[in-house]
Amino acid sequence: MKVISANKIKNIVAELCIQANLALREDVFRQLKRAYLVEKNKTAKDVLGAIIKNAQIARKEKLAICQDTGLPCVFVEIGQNLKVSGDIRQAINQGVVLGYKKAYLRNSVIIDPIKREKSGYAPAVIHFDIVRGEKIKLTVFPKGFGCENKTQLKMFKPTAGINEIKKFIIEAVKAVGPDACPPYVIGIGIGGTADYACLLAKKALLRKIRNPKSEIRNKSKMQNSKNYKLENELYSEINKLNIGPMGLGGRNTALAINIETYPTHIAGLPVAINLSCHALRSASKTI
Amino acid sequence: MIQLKIESLKTGEKIFLSGKIYTARDQAHKRLADAIKNNKRLPLDLRGKIIYYCGPTKTPKDKAIGSCGPTTSSRMDIFTPLLLKAGLMGMIGKGNRCKEVIQAIKKYKAVYFLTYAGCGALLSKYVLKAIPVAYKDLGPEAIYELEVKNFPLIVGIDSTGRNIYGKK
Repeated sequence: MKVISANKIKNIVAELCIQANLALREDVFRQLKRAYLVEKNKTAKDVLGAIIKNAQIARKEKLAICQDTGLPCVFVEIGQNLKVSGDIRQAINQGVVLGYKKAYLRNSVIIDPIKREKSGYAPAVIHFDIVRGEKIKLTVFPKGFGCENKTQLKMFKPTAGINEIKKFIIEAVKAVGPDACPPYVIGIGIGGTADYACLLAKKALLRKIRNPKSEIRNKSKMQNSKNYKLENELYSEINKLNIGPMGLGGRNTALAINIETYPTHIAGLPVAINLSCHALRSASKTI
Repeated sequence: MIQLKIESLKTGEKIFLSGKIYTARDQAHKRLADAIKNNKRLPLDLRGKIIYYCGPTKTPKDKAIGSCGPTTSSRMDIFTPLLLKAGLMGMIGKGNRCKEVIQAIKKYKAVYFLTYAGCGALLSKYVLKAIPVAYKDLGPEAIYELEVKNFPLIVGIDSTGRNIYGKK
């Protein structure tokens, strides 16, 4: 059986925390540049220009993309034939503290949610998943709370149609309006249980944003992919809302819509929406 | 004090601010509001001041400040009218404000600015100096005095109460 030390996991998590917070994801950056090119509204274009410049400065000068360096969420996929020597949960939290301190990131974690005393860097919110094989995939997703605060869950009747779901999502984005740093990446989870739909919505944000250029090349393949149609319909309807960058109008309200689905119960239809601000940050490593 | 002709600022106008501003977010607002309610002395005289809704990252060794963009303003809405009554002149943040805040801005002839949301690295370039001046125990939520130069702002709500998000 292959063995990995907790210490190694600690160091990888530290590295991923720094990478995620300082270097904007390539797919998000590409989509922002695309948004800048197609934007006609003058103010919106100015704001998008600032957002792009911000990402460039952050990467070059090793500064956090956003001062809200998030609640660190860590997704772990462990192969069932891999053995971890040591305490994996502790290693992840130590890695978070190490990485956050090293890169001068913000200590935004409050230990007691009610008393709200002194803030620190950890613990992270950790999700473990057992998969086949003998590898481990670690993903660090620092989630800012300006957008996390706007999360919504609705338990629909099983007879609800697609139009009701669409309406719920569009109304949710409208209600958020300018507050959570648009243009947004919108994660949607449909199915499972209440908690699972919320998790799917968050995981949807980790999926790479589709590249419209490669879509043209692989059109038939893309169209066959799950939820493609619904994602596209929502994308065009939400971008007609004229919320725009910073909420000052424009055709770029959503950078992408990512939907994940899962089987559910005959009596229900959970739908969760988890927004990300334009600074959607995450980093992964598989070993 | 910043020399700004508040009443000449118009909603939608872009300006570049130089001078001193003060960071304050949720917990600092709660303490300031409690102090005002209980007639206690404030650690910061709010008269003529501009508050920036911001909790910066830690300051890297070679920099004046870390990443320092605006946080969501609406969370401060319940405290803002009281602070305006105590003499606060302006606020910088992101997103919309509630009706009561807009009315108070109009009543006390104040101003609400927006700045580039989610652009903390870029905005750090306009900050020359940052020193904690109150509630230091709050860490990133302490009140910092920031000396800024050409800090980019958009007038979100002017002293007549006109709201940039209301006209669409």
